[in-house]
Parts: sequence; structure tokens; C-alpha cells
Amino acid sequence: MSTDHHIKLPEGSIEKTTTTLNMGPTHPATHGVFQNILELDGERIVSAEQTVGYIHRAFEKLAERRPLYQITTLTDRLNYCSSPINNMGWHMTCEKLLGVKTPKRVDYLRIIIMELARISDHLICNSVVGVDSGAFTGFLYVMQYRELIYEIYEEICGSRLTTNIGRIGGFERNFNATAFEKLERFLAEYPGVLKEFENLFTRNRIFMERTIGAGPISSERALNYGFTGPNLRAAGVDYDVRVHTPYSSYEDFEFEIPVGKTGDCYDRFLVRNQEMWQSLHLIRQAYRKVQEFKGADAEIYHADAPAYYLPQKKDVYTKMEALIWHFKIVMGETEIPPGEVYHSVEGGNGELGFYLISDGGRTPYRLHFRRPCFIYYQAYSELTKGAMLSDAVIVMSSLNLIAGEMDA
Amino acid sequence: MSLTNETIKEKLIGKFGDQLSNFEEPYGLLTFEAPKDLNLKVMQFLYDDPELRFQFLTDLCAVNYPDRSGQELAVVYHLHNLVDNIRVRFKIFAPVEKPDIFTATQLYSSANWMERETYDFFGVNFVGHPNLKRILNVDEMDYFPLRKEFPLEDQTRIDKDDAMFGRGPLPEAANRGPVETPMPAGEPALPASGTPGATGQRQDWPNDTTKV
Repeated sequence: MSTDHHIKLPEGSIEKTTTTLNMGPTHPATHGVFQNILELDGERIVSAEQTVGYIHRAFEKLAERRPLYQITTLTDRLNYCSSPINNMGWHMTCEKLLGVKTPKRVDYLRIIIMELARISDHLICNSVVGVDSGAFTGFLYVMQYRELIYEIYEEICGSRLTTNIGRIGGFERNFNATAFEKLERFLAEYPGVLKEFENLFTRNRIFMERTIGAGPISSERALNYGFTGPNLRAAGVDYDVRVHTPYSSYEDFEFEIPVGKTGDCYDRFLVRNQEMWQSLHLIRQAYRKVQEFKGADAEIYHADAPAYYLPQKKDVYTKMEALIWHFKIVMGETEIPPGEVYHSVEGGNGELGFYLISDGGRTPYRLHFRRPCFIYYQAYSELTKGAMLSDAVIVMSSLNLIAGEMDA
Repeated sequence: MSLTNETIKEKLIGKFGDQLSNFEEPYGLLTFEAPKDLNLKVMQFLYDDPELRFQFLTDLCAVNYPDRSGQELAVVYHLHNLVDNIRVRFKIFAPVEKPDIFTATQLYSSANWMERETYDFFGVNFVGHPNLKRILNVDEMDYFPLRKEFPLEDQTRIDKDDAMFGRGPLPEAANRGPVETPMPAGEPALPASGTPGATGQRQDWPNDTTKV
């Protein structure tokens, strides 16, 4: 056979030994709109470059033209897997600036909602890690219970994904009986489901071999990269905002902070699972504390701060004071003190911070969101260097990258 | 919790003397200002000192104050000591014409994207940054959108005046009281239709239609 049949390559073309692969902006494995430009040698990743900003919506600029109570809807759209935590974080930032003290019952109700949100965030993340490693069952199985969590939100605020839940100073209405009924159903049924979910994965050999050693990070590097939340704890640092800077009366509760060791995908998975158990534990305690309020105390669902708490619509239509306060708040007649506040909450992905500068105007002078996703995504190229292409996918899903939070 | 704001302040003043200014504690968070050329030295000191150990960069962002001449851009750092669980905030100011500030990427890898974001929105030039280019906005953009010179709303709208958001003087219309609309002298008012004698026509209209 003569050599004529061989393909003739142009001069110099075999010098390039790596392939460039675009993963994203729209790719089923990114679970959101962002791009990774991977440089591959065969199936090994030589380098990765991340591009973000595809769904940037300029929230920080928009916030400079919005009164405080209208910014809640912007925070919904940061980490949309756990928007109630973002909402509460924003309300607490405002309360800190305005000096509003919330009653204990409000704090406990908030903890119930925030921990439900944490569960819904983690269960999506962990089941998606399963999907990306080829195990689809767990994803569908836990999805039913995310649905139940969303139904609880619906009872409280009327919406499901972008919740806009609560107000500055408390909640827009008291939790109704159906909400507590559904919460009880969740508390009764979810532990069994989570147990079975863990059975599907934790000692599953295929899953373990896919995730152990994939995308590891040392605790020093994780801290240097500004990791927070489950991803930092998987690397072995027990930093949790709920413990270090308690807000919303977290200091009244008993709970543990699970930590990992290697910071790889498997540890991140385990930490998230353990956090779900801790969240369940917290919800039970909070629910018990809420039930202890009797009589008139059980009707408290907001702080007594008429100058900042938007009154109920039915009061606005029937009572003069409520109408006056409603008008004053909406028209920006209430006093907003000038000052600078940094407040952070433990979001689904880590420390979600709000840096609010007020110059006494009706709207913030400047508002900056510390978005954990945006900060730790820059470590992605270091995490995937030298790994296989299939690891790139699983590292991405186990970091729980949410495009909304990255781009703000 | 051995470390307190007072200790940090004393240590900082002991090291840098009166170069640091405006020590405050809004909502319990120690805040101070540093000259812009000292930002790395201050951060390095806070990082390395065996007692201070501010080795976690929580947040980095900029603020635009167009009225402060020569100090239009502020860069704000939030640092966290995770061992003693104490935070500190410090600010540096730079003129908007030449906003050159040393990068913190050598100390904190996390500063990389935060500085790129700050550059993207405020145009702060971080000297020594390994890859200072836009991150959230398109590369072709030729302005820095979060500066105050770019107002957000449609400028033809008059119902969203700054005064209505608690800033600046009230617009003239708001101070004038009840609005008086004097009748223009030249044009006589039209008689209401239906009243006797009303033709419903202005004098400059052609009269042809009456012939029909």
C-alpha cells in the first residue's frame, strides 16, 4: 500500500498538541449560563479559563434607584435555589441599619424558612452531582420534597422560586395552619427520604470512584481563594457564619458544623448531606420553640416598627395609621439613617454579605453583594488542572455554581 | 476573642503612626482610612502579624464619591481574622483621573476576580494585577457603569427626580404650591359646546364646512 492514501497535513500543523474545548455558555453540564474554555491534552485538562457575566443584570446599579423594600426582589435572583436566605439576609441588613429589633418568634420562623431553603439548595446540588456522575434516580426522588418545601413557601408568601418572602421587620402575614401542617409532613417524611438518598450514593462504589480525589483543595488554598460555606468546610475549616456571627437568634440553638478533610467532590457531597441533617435538627428545634408561644404571643409575626414595616394591605384600606405609614414608607418619608453596614448570612453556598452604604436618602448610596459563588469559582482552573474532562463536569456541579449568584 | 478593636487600632497606630486616619466603629466593625500607596503595606501587616492574622479577604469593592475632589474613588476592603473571629474594614481613596492602586492578588488569590469586577465597574486600575480585564460586562464597553456620572433612569422622565429619593433640593415645582395656569392672552377660550351661540369653530378654521 502506497503512502498516497495518508492524509497530508499542512506544514507545521502537528505542532499543536492540545485541543480547545468550549464548555458552555449553554451546555447541559454547566446548569447555568457560564463558559469554560478548556485546553485539553487528550482527555486531560491542561488549563481552564472561565467566562462569566452572561446573565449580568446590574443589580448593584439598580439598587441605587430602589427604596430598601424593593431590593428584596433583586436578592431573590442571586442564588435562586435558596432565595429565602437571600431575602432574610437583606431584611436583616436593613434592620441592622435602621435599628429594628425583631421579636424572638420572628427569628425562629425565619430560621425555619432559612433552613428549609438550605435543604432545598443542598438537595439540588447533591442530586445534580449524582446526575452528572450517571445516577439519575436520586435526583427525581428528592425533587418531590423540594416541591413540598416550595409548597410551604407558597403558603407563607404565595410564590415558589423567587420568593420575596418576608418584610423588613418580619413577615407579611402569620404562618397559617396549612403551612405548619406541611412542615410537619416534611419533618416526618424527609428523614426517611434523605436516608435512602444517602444509601443510593454514600457507599456506592461507582459514585465513590468518580468523586473521591476529584477537584480537591487544601484548607490553605481554600481560605486564600475566599471559599466559604460547604466548600470551605469540606476542606476542613469549621467556619460557619451562623456560629461565628450569630444572627436571627441562631445562638439559641444546638447544632453541629460538619467538616470534611480533603475538599474533594466526595467530601463536599458528604458535608452537604450532613448539613441537611443538621438543618432538619434546627427546624425541629425552631418549630418546638415556635409552638411554645401561646395566646397573643403566637400572633406576633413582625417587629413593632411602623416606620419601616409595610403594613398589611387590608389594614391600609381600613385603618388610618396603617394608611399613613404605608404612604410614608412608599413615598420615602421615613427617616433612613446614614451609615455603613456589612451584614452576612450563611447562604446555601457560603457567606452571603451585603455591604450597604446609606447617605440618608431613600435608596442606598451603594450596595455591594458579596456573592460566594463568584468568589470561589475563580479557583475552578486550579481545581481541574490535570484532571480528566469528565471530572471538570463533576467539579462544577459539586461546587454548586449558580449563574444568578455569580453574575448579580 | 482575645483580640479587640482597641488592640488592633493600637497595633496599627504603633506601626503606621498618624498615616492612618478616621478610625470609627460603625455597628461594631473597626473602620479606618489609609493613604492609597500604603494599602499593600497595611494589608501585609494585618496578614503577617502573629496576633492580627487577617488572612481572609471577605470583600473588596469600590465606591464613587463624585463630590470629593481628588478622592473620587474609594476602594473598600473587608478583612476577617477567622481565628479570633473579628473583622476589619479599611478604605483607600484615589483620584478618578489616575486611579492606580496596588493589587492584593499576591496576598489573596480571591482578590483576582474581585479586583477585575471593581475595574469593570469603576475603572480602578490595579497595578500588578495578572489579568486586569472586564469580567461581567462585555469587553467592548468603553465606560465604567457604576460611577455616579451614569444615572440609571431614562433622563426624559420627570417623575423620578433625585429629590424624591431624599437627595438634593426639592424641584421648583414642589415648592411653588398650587399650580396656577393663567389663560393665554391671545387666544379666547372656546365656548362650551351645547351653549347657545357656540359654533364649535375657531376663527382661523375655514368656514367651508358650514355650506354643506
